[in-house]
Formats: sequence, C-alpha cells, structure tokens
Amino acid sequence: MSNTAAPRLDAEAMATKERGQWEMVARRFFRHRAAVVSLVIFLVIVLFAYVGPFLWKWDYKIHSEIPSWASPSLDHPFGTDKAGRDMLGAMMQATKQSLNVALVVAIGSTVIGALYGAVAGFYRGWVDSVLMRFLDIMFVIPFLVITGALAGAIDTSVRWYHMAIILAVFGWTSIARAVRAEVLSLREKEFIEAARSAGGSDWHIITKHLIPNTMSVIIVSVTLQIAFAILSETTLSFLGLGIQSPDTSLGLLIEAAGASAFNEHWYLFYIPGVMIILIALTINFIGDGLRDAMDPRQTMVRR
Amino acid sequence: MVVFIIRRTLMMIPVLLGATILCFALVDLSNDPVQDRVFEIEQSTGEPVPQSTIDALESSWYYDRSVPERYWIWLTGLGDTNGDIGLLQGKWGPSIEGSAMDISYEVSTRFWITLRLVLFATLASIGIAILAGVVSAVKQYSRTDYTLTFVGFLFLAMPVFWLGSLFKEGAVQINKVLGSTVFQTYGSGTTGFRGNGWEVFVDSLPFLIVPTLVLMLGGYAAISRYQRASMLEVMNSDYVRLARAKGVRNGTVMRRHALRTALIPVATFAPLALSGAMGGAMVTERIFGWRGLGVYSLDAINAGDTFAVMAYVLISGVVVLVGVLISDILYGVLDPRIRYE
Repeated sequence: MSNTAAPRLDAEAMATKERGQWEMVARRFFRHRAAVVSLVIFLVIVLFAYVGPFLWKWDYKIHSEIPSWASPSLDHPFGTDKAGRDMLGAMMQATKQSLNVALVVAIGSTVIGALYGAVAGFYRGWVDSVLMRFLDIMFVIPFLVITGALAGAIDTSVRWYHMAIILAVFGWTSIARAVRAEVLSLREKEFIEAARSAGGSDWHIITKHLIPNTMSVIIVSVTLQIAFAILSETTLSFLGLGIQSPDTSLGLLIEAAGASAFNEHWYLFYIPGVMIILIALTINFIGDGLRDAMDPRQTMVRR
Repeated sequence: MVVFIIRRTLMMIPVLLGATILCFALVDLSNDPVQDRVFEIEQSTGEPVPQSTIDALESSWYYDRSVPERYWIWLTGLGDTNGDIGLLQGKWGPSIEGSAMDISYEVSTRFWITLRLVLFATLASIGIAILAGVVSAVKQYSRTDYTLTFVGFLFLAMPVFWLGSLFKEGAVQINKVLGSTVFQTYGSGTTGFRGNGWEVFVDSLPFLIVPTLVLMLGGYAAISRYQRASMLEVMNSDYVRLARAKGVRNGTVMRRHALRTALIPVATFAPLALSGAMGGAMVTERIFGWRGLGVYSLDAINAGDTFAVMAYVLISGVVVLVGVLISDILYGVLDPRIRYE
C-alpha cells in the first residue's frame, strides 16, 4: 500500500525488511515518548513495591524503637507516623497491596468482560438482548455501594484478594461493551465464515478467532482497568470499607494522615497521594500509547 | 415526544426491578443485623440474650422470613406486615437504628442536599469539559493543547478523596489567612438554619463551592477527551470545509456548524458523569461532613441495614436513569436526523 503512496517512501519500504504485527506495535509504542517514560516510571514503582521490602530495613509494622512523628531524614526517608511506623516501609507494603488488587482486577475483569461481550456479540438475537439488559442493570447499581457493602460484610479482616475479587466481579461492564461492539462487526467477516465451514465450534470461534482479533481493544482496557481498580480500591479503603489495619493500603495511609496536608506532617498526606496519582497517570499514558500503536487506521508515516 | 418519554419511563421499571433484586440479594445475604445486634447486647450486658428478644428483633425487621419473601414485602408491603414497609405504598421499611430513625424522612431531607451537590458538579464538569475539549481541538498540537491534555490526565489520575482532603485543608488555610470564612468547609448549610426553599439555597451556597469544585475536577477530564476527539473529527469534515469555503466567518463556523455536531457524542457521557458524581458525592460528603444521602448509605453499609442501603440504591438508580433519558432527549435536540415519535 505504501509503495504507491509516495515515491519518497518507496526506497524506505524496499530497504526495510518485513515486520510482524506485534513488532510494528512495539516500534510505534516506543516512538510515543510520554508512554515510554510512563512505562519506565511504572516499572520502577513495581520494583519499589515488590523488591523494595527485601532491601529496606523496616517493614510496615509498628516498632517500639522507631520514634513517632519523625520528619523525613536519612533514617526514615518518608518520615514516621504517630504510632511509630516507618513510612517508607509502609509505602512499599501499601503500594504492593494496591498493585496486587489492581493487577488481579485488571486480569479478572478483562477475562469476564471479554467472554461476556464476545458471547453477546457473536450470538446476537435473544442471547444478546438478555446479556445487554443485564449490563443495563449493572450500570444502574451504584458501584461504590455494592462493592462497599460486600467488602464491609466480610467478618474477618479484609485482605487484598477479597477486594480484588469483589472489584473484578463488578468492574467488567465497560470491557464487555467495548468487546461486543468489536465482535459485532468481526462476526460478519469472511474468516469467521471460513472457520465455521471448516467445522469450528462456537466456543472455538469465540476463543480462537474473535477474542484474539479484539486484542487491541482488550489490551487498552486492561491498562485502563488497572487505573480504575487502583482508584476504587484506595477509595474504599479510605472510606473504611476496604483493606484494614494491621495490613495497609494507599487509601488507608491517606485516611490515617487525616487533615495534615498543610501542617508539619504534610509528608504523611502527600507521599501516598502522589503514589496513587503516579500509578494511575503512568497507566493512562501507557494505555494511550498502546491505543495509538495498535490503531490499524494509523499510517506508518510519522508527521 | 411525550409518547417516547412515557415508553422510556416504562422501560426503566424492569431495569430498576432487576437492579434492586440483585442488590437486595447480595446485601441481605452478606449481612445479618439480628445476629450483630444480639452480639452487641451480649457484649453490653454480659448475659445470653433471651429467645423472645431475638424473635422480637426478627419480626420487627422482617428477618423471620426468607430473602425472596423479604424482598417481596419490601417492594409491595402486601401480606403480614407491621405497616411500615412496602415501597409501592411509599414506605421504605424499618430502620435497624430503631423506630426513632425514619428512613423516608432521612431520605427525603437528605435527597435534596445530595442532588444539589451532584447536579451542580455534573453541570459544571460537563461545561468545563466542553470548554477544555473545544479549546484543545481548535488549537490542536499547540502548547495549550498539550497543557490541557496533561492537566486532564492529572485529574483523571487523582482520587477524589485525596483531592477533596487537599481542597478542604486548602480552604481552611485560605480562611485563616484572610481571617474570615470565605469557604465553609464543614456541613452542607448553617446549623439550625430555617427558611423557605430559596433562603435555604442561598444559605448553602458558601458550603457548596469547595465540594462542587472537587467533584467537577474529578469528573470533567474523561468527557473533555471525548469532546476534543469529536471536535477534531467534525473540524476535518467536508461540510465544515464547505462552510469555510463559502466565506462564513470562523466564529460562526465553529459555533453553528462544528460545535453543535461535536456535542452529540458528549451527550452519551452525561449520564456517566452523573453516576460518577453520585459515587463521588459519597466521598465528598464524608470529607466535608455533609448530612447527605451518600454518607447515609455509608452508615447503612457499616450497620448492615439492608432497607436503608436499598433506599440509596433505588434513588441513585432513578437519578442515573433519568440522566440517561435526558441525554437521549438531548440527542434529538442536537441531531436533527433523530426523531422521536
């Protein structure tokens, strides 16, 4: 296609070797500067959360030898809180728990949503109608109330995987809609007809032909789900309906910081807040970069 | 048009029924207020609770029957009741906080407080989203565009509860510096203030500023992205080029030809903004100490009070569905090709 587009491209096209689809996506992604910077920052945060606790001397628990309300210093780079907890250690644990929730929610809700949307779009007719009415019902149910009510009803102390399951079970609707819209047009294509005439079962067509072809929509959804899950989990924890003490979460740390935004304990408020913003912001930029990279309508020529 | 609205209103009923059934089942099955109360009494008196007390609690809260039966009686109030339940008869059911706590009174007074906040915030966020989106699109790839895009992403990534806490403390600091209360940061109106509707509204304005700002900034960014995209698409379309070519002034092209069409996709996101603001209201009401519906639902969740949680679910469901209906009507106003008969 590009051979006839512009003579200037001719030489380029002949000089470069053929590239696979994913290779092209990766190349386009790495040209998106904000997305690449975000990816690096996000990986650093992941390392901070999962590797950091092995390197740092304090954990997230309260220790009697830690002074209370110490300002940031070399011993305690993020300061300490009132009870005598090293905030760097607490931040590592909190970030880890929030990321745990976010990653499980992203994968879980994407699997549910992609299958749901693909089934609805593939069968059309009454199956589609029933499934879409159920989506309408899910849209009407207030998300924070239902997730909060379920998390609040857990008798034992709420752990991160409780939150992850609850958020995934109620957070898949947007992916289902996006995948269904894609599948509605894909199912009319010839390759689906070919798969069917070759004797492929419905399940085979959905999982092997339809869902792989909606991968670009799904991957972008996964990234947006991570940001959504982080914000929901921290909000619920802030409201006291999520992860509970003695475990910790970014929302819980901000709740504990209370009204300290402008007093001498400002670091208790800003550090967890900035961490949430950094995670959600970098994830959104990565999603944006992936969307641009995977948009098939985009030309290979960068202006 | 009237037929359309009536038909759409009737179509809301099955959706609301489905949503309440699902919520009722989940909330009810995961909570047992009778057992919680029995445990509380045991803790305070140190003695086992007599069976008669348990029976009395169960019958006054309708916990002596199965979940489907309880749902049915909550919805219709038909059958053997104490005369305090039955949604279709305008009764919200007993509160586990005791007979002094009347759910319908709480709900009706708190509803206006929350609606005021949510409506102001939604309108403000849609307004600023359209403005930011259009400016971004008109000045595409300029410094303004990049700045607005980045600020939008920043607010998209900012949790409402953090922004709310920050703005509340910021407003307190500003008040301190100025030595007066420019911003009211606690409560939704002057305590004990009485007057007619308008006076109450005027009294509540200073309390409204900061929470509305928080919810607005928390909700505008997503819509402004869509506004920018749809505005760009319209500006590159043939009919806008034609309008330019025949010599229409730039401002008129933008206003009459481009913006009107570009608003259509954004109308889809108005109900989303509304439901987002309803969720955000729970957080802002908690932070700013409002006695609104959101805080009420949080308290009900903590107490395991199914009937009170259901009251919130129903009201927020109706508000969201009315938002959807309004956005569908807006489609017809913005897009002359759509006719409702």
